[in-house]
Amino acid sequence: MPTFEYAPAPESRAVVDIASSYGLFINGEFTDSQGGGTFKTISPATEEVLAEVTEASAEDVDRAVAAARTAYTRVWSRMSGADRGKYLFRIARILQERAREFAVLESLDNGKPIKESRDVDVPTAAAHFFYHAGWADKLDYAGLGPDPRPHGVVGQVIPWNFPLLMLAWKIAPALATGNTVVLKPAETTPLTALLFAQVCQQADLPAGVVNIITGAGPTGQALVGHEDVDKVAFTGSTGVGKAIARTIAGTRKKATLELGGKAANIVFDDAPLDQAVEGIVNGIFFNQGHVCCAGSRLLVQESIADQVEARLKRRLETLRVGDPLDKNTDVGAINSRAQLDRITELSEAGEAEGATRWSPECELPSKGFWFRPTVFTGVSQTHRIAQEEIFGPVLSVLTFRTPGEAVAKANNTPYGLSAGIWTEKGSRILWMADQLRAGVVWANTFNKFDPTSPFGGYKESGYGREGGRHGLAAYVTTGDAT
Amino acid sequence: MSTSTSARRAPAAGRVDVRKTYKLYIGGAFPRSESGRSYEVYAAPRGSRGSTPVFLANVAKGSRKDARNAVAAARKAVGGWSGATAYNRGQVLYRIAEVMESRRSTFVEDVRIGEGLTPARAEAVVSAAIDRWVWYAGWADKFAQVTSTVNPVAGPFFNISAPEPTGVVALLAPQESSLLGLVSVVAPAIVTGNTCVVLPSRQRPLPAVDLAEALATSDVPGGVVNIVTCHTAEVAPWLASHRDVNAIDLTGTAGVEDLAWGELELAAAESVTRVLRPAGRGPAAVEEDFTAEPGTARMQAFVETKTVWHPKGL
Repeated sequence: MPTFEYAPAPESRAVVDIASSYGLFINGEFTDSQGGGTFKTISPATEEVLAEVTEASAEDVDRAVAAARTAYTRVWSRMSGADRGKYLFRIARILQERAREFAVLESLDNGKPIKESRDVDVPTAAAHFFYHAGWADKLDYAGLGPDPRPHGVVGQVIPWNFPLLMLAWKIAPALATGNTVVLKPAETTPLTALLFAQVCQQADLPAGVVNIITGAGPTGQALVGHEDVDKVAFTGSTGVGKAIARTIAGTRKKATLELGGKAANIVFDDAPLDQAVEGIVNGIFFNQGHVCCAGSRLLVQESIADQVEARLKRRLETLRVGDPLDKNTDVGAINSRAQLDRITELSEAGEAEGATRWSPECELPSKGFWFRPTVFTGVSQTHRIAQEEIFGPVLSVLTFRTPGEAVAKANNTPYGLSAGIWTEKGSRILWMADQLRAGVVWANTFNKFDPTSPFGGYKESGYGREGGRHGLAAYVTTGDAT
Repeated sequence: MSTSTSARRAPAAGRVDVRKTYKLYIGGAFPRSESGRSYEVYAAPRGSRGSTPVFLANVAKGSRKDARNAVAAARKAVGGWSGATAYNRGQVLYRIAEVMESRRSTFVEDVRIGEGLTPARAEAVVSAAIDRWVWYAGWADKFAQVTSTVNPVAGPFFNISAPEPTGVVALLAPQESSLLGLVSVVAPAIVTGNTCVVLPSRQRPLPAVDLAEALATSDVPGGVVNIVTCHTAEVAPWLASHRDVNAIDLTGTAGVEDLAWGELELAAAESVTRVLRPAGRGPAAVEEDFTAEPGTARMQAFVETKTVWHPKGL
């Protein structure tokens, strides 16, 4: 069979105008820090410095929370739901209008392939605002309880894996329900959040309703621990999630935590194998595996394990790893050196503990942070690569014989975010879906997201849901709340 | 300060009544505390004059290990109880109301003496407690209906979200409202399919032990409700930090000295345990009014939402 070489197909950077430095977006305008420092955000694909960003100090957090409080009491909590909704519709439209700009900027700052930022992150973010816009004047019909009311000021801390999309997941429901927001994007991916601040300006969103403060862990801690924050919403690691839960313990602050995962993707011997292999690949190599719900444990029925392994490897040989802005790229750059180090360390532990490591042949760029798509076979449940969240393009393959064994292995983790089932048998899908202790179960599909579909975990994957009618509940208090 | 005068109704003239041993209720059995300990329980003081406390019973004083045994029993019961049909759970809860009704006089005596109520008030409290089981029994096969959604996702997928029990729930039952409050925290936890470990009112534990007997003679499977009478402040921290407890209700921290609910929430954070905080403002914990219609908040507190996707196609 003849092989065809791909010509480079880079998306143009010209659509994006990155400033050399950014202030903090507080009370509707970009302001300088009071006593905070600066840090640089780089392109993980090239290590090129993209911009200098402000590290918000505790005083800056104070100012942002005060702005959000004023906007809440004077403007946003008094505005009709219909008008709040119109602002959210505006934001959704502006995100659509500037979609390419956001996609390119996201791929530059995060390292993810342009086809993902273009086709998933940005359109889903816009959809999230559009969906929640419509809720703003219909909360009485949402079945949340009598008299749903906003909490007040919400402090939100989001991760670097889907920077704009996680911003949308956080801000859209908060605003729709009448809360105001102080949001901190991750320190390695602040740029789309700062561009979103411009969207708020273009939408004429009242000053202080959305405040964006950049910084690292200390800034996030100052925000979460701030006395005048009524509710905290966090997406990120289970370790930080536990620290946040400790911080707010004994206060009356509400919280939703969307934490880590170690999802089992379970393939039965009657599964449609071509689709299952696509689902396995999508499950763990989508977004370089930087996905909390990634299908990082493949549980394959023993009778088809060899066949699935062979098909999987053949498929992985075709994955294109490289320039995130190239439209043909399947797997982009690892987001940071620190994350690359963690993936490397855990993969070495996998080898050291006796699992068999395999990666397809592929050339990696000389600069930037890269990791080959990697499959471990012969993994046992006690291996670290079967227990710990790697958050990278690394798949651990385990086998099972019976559905009961598959359930036991799938649930044998402190996490409980997501799971996958591949079988043609309907009754088995429903039985398995019942047994799996996970907040999202994908049957004969994987890694699907939608604004109408609640997302969130069991056990140490966190609590609260985001999206859908259930997601609204986290942002209101009702008449019958205890 | 103890006295052996029984506060219970006088037995028939000349008869020496047979008194009950108040034990724990774990896994459907009635063990004594493994620690061999017990503590004295007195009647609530009546009137304003400082009368001598009236001794009621030596109640088993549960320990950390009893609590751990109770968690193990609760965990073992999760599969069967959460897997039972909602219709079945509803009938089992209704059956508890039936059995309580037939033991009504015992409960009336319990709350009359334990809470210091008038006979009429005690009757009303027991009626409300029985009716609460009936109310929650009716929720068993409706809660999922009013909290589930079919999600119209933008693609060819079937997508639903429905509640599931979170698992093992530790319940610190109210200190004041020893029967109505107790039923009001246990019923919403188990109706959705959770199993529970209950620390009842420390000073008024007798209704809880009598409720255990009602549960044992209803159709509630062993292990679904486990009751550990104890000093709340001693045992609660072990439940809050227990890795196999999925959720904890801190209602019963109200009125307990040396037990800050914030400390328990702090311990629970270590395993991302779900926490239902006590009513009140700031660090103050206040026991809520259990006579009002409960609403769904307590059921909501102990369920997870599971979303299932499947493609549609030919």
